[in-house]
Amino acid sequence: MSKPKVGFYWCASCGGCEEAVVDLAEDVLRVVEAVDIAFWPVALDFKRADVAAMADGEMAVCFVNGAVRTSEQEEMARLMRLKSQLIIAFGSCSHMGGIPGLANMTDRETLLRRVYQEVPSVANPDCILPQERCEVSQGSLTLPALHDTVSSLDQMIPVDYYLPGCPPPVKLIKDAVTAILQGAMPPKGSVLAPDVALCTDCPRKDSKPERLLVSAFKRPHEIQIDPAKCLLEQGLLCMGPVTRSGCDAACIDGNMPCTGCLGPTGRVRDFGAKALSAVASIADATEESKIAGVLDKIVDPIGTFYRYSLPTSILFKRNRHDGNGWH
Amino acid sequence: MPDQFEPKIVAFFCNWCTYLAADLAGTSRLKYAPNIRVVRLMCSGRVDPQFVLDAFAKGADGVLIGGCHPGDCHYQEGNYKALRRAHLLRTVLREMGIENDRFRLEWISASEGDKVRTVVNDMVAKVRALGPLHLDAKPSPQVVATHARAVTAAAAVGGV
Repeated sequence: MSKPKVGFYWCASCGGCEEAVVDLAEDVLRVVEAVDIAFWPVALDFKRADVAAMADGEMAVCFVNGAVRTSEQEEMARLMRLKSQLIIAFGSCSHMGGIPGLANMTDRETLLRRVYQEVPSVANPDCILPQERCEVSQGSLTLPALHDTVSSLDQMIPVDYYLPGCPPPVKLIKDAVTAILQGAMPPKGSVLAPDVALCTDCPRKDSKPERLLVSAFKRPHEIQIDPAKCLLEQGLLCMGPVTRSGCDAACIDGNMPCTGCLGPTGRVRDFGAKALSAVASIADATEESKIAGVLDKIVDPIGTFYRYSLPTSILFKRNRHDGNGWH
Repeated sequence: MPDQFEPKIVAFFCNWCTYLAADLAGTSRLKYAPNIRVVRLMCSGRVDPQFVLDAFAKGADGVLIGGCHPGDCHYQEGNYKALRRAHLLRTVLREMGIENDRFRLEWISASEGDKVRTVVNDMVAKVRALGPLHLDAKPSPQVVATHARAVTAAAAVGGV
């Protein structure tokens, strides 16, 4: 019997998810024994045409990392959907939009102007911006179109499962691969990680006080962080209370607060709303002016609460319309 | 009849104070703008910021939360939690391009029927001045497919 075919693809991401596959180390050999890797642009020399030539559903499973923000990524996502029986959104960007998703705070034109003209380190006196088509003496050059809005994978194509994390922890990848090979998958649409908050599994949970109150929020570089004490109690914005467990508290072990990359637990629709709710609840102030004194110290609330999840949040992007024209 | 924009405002009122005040406004025959849709909750502290975002996403032009005055919360401190969350939520809403006047938290006790009237009228006037909140439809495979079909159809009509 031939081995099941597996594909990997990346869209808008940093490459860390590809690293996570390599981080399987010797275990990747066990995976290769069990499956045929039919497409993996980062590591193997298969092209789009090889995938296009496959029969529909020929691949058993395809792991797609990265958000979708170009016409090329959209096209590839659709192609993978067509050729693969299972699609697994791999990593925070694919799952929730990720860091690239923060681009939804601006629009395409502002973003291109900023990156290609305004950034102090850029010298572009002729104000040349990337074009989808450009004629040169050798012929016509093309680039994929940049979407105005960054999307998670499941906003482009139906997704069967999600492997969360930035990047997904090796243990979760191994568990997922084992479950797929054994045909022991949970219901479609599941996030392949425990459905409890990180605080539940936090090695410092015993140091979390019964009644947590914070009078001043701080950033990690501003204090000497106690390596044994609850980070929230030390005033650091730890997203542990609202983030899904499954990472073995890797950042906490590194004495850094959780930033929320595994996303919310199952019943939460909007990670950022829950995060701001949790943080506001523990602010030690009851009068409006004092509340402002505590909460206004939080630098970049959107980047803090929606660091990995802006495109899948309820509002999903900054509103650019005003209500003019009515009165 | 003047052709003016009628804002839709979702109001989350607590069971013990503001909802009773709204009742009192009714039994006292006070007239106020009919633009609010009241949702009764046990406490203003029950208002999850997700409810507010969801109201905006589903077409509300404004969201009003009404709770007991500080010190009067039936559950001791639910209204303080509401106050702290509202402060941070307001910052987030502003950054997300939703004007401050579209989101409001007010303390209205059970005896303040008249305050319901003034707050609602004032908020309706302010949101009316802002105009409707036009939020784009969130992408989903269905929405994206519909959009793609529309683009293809437009291209076909245009003879491209």
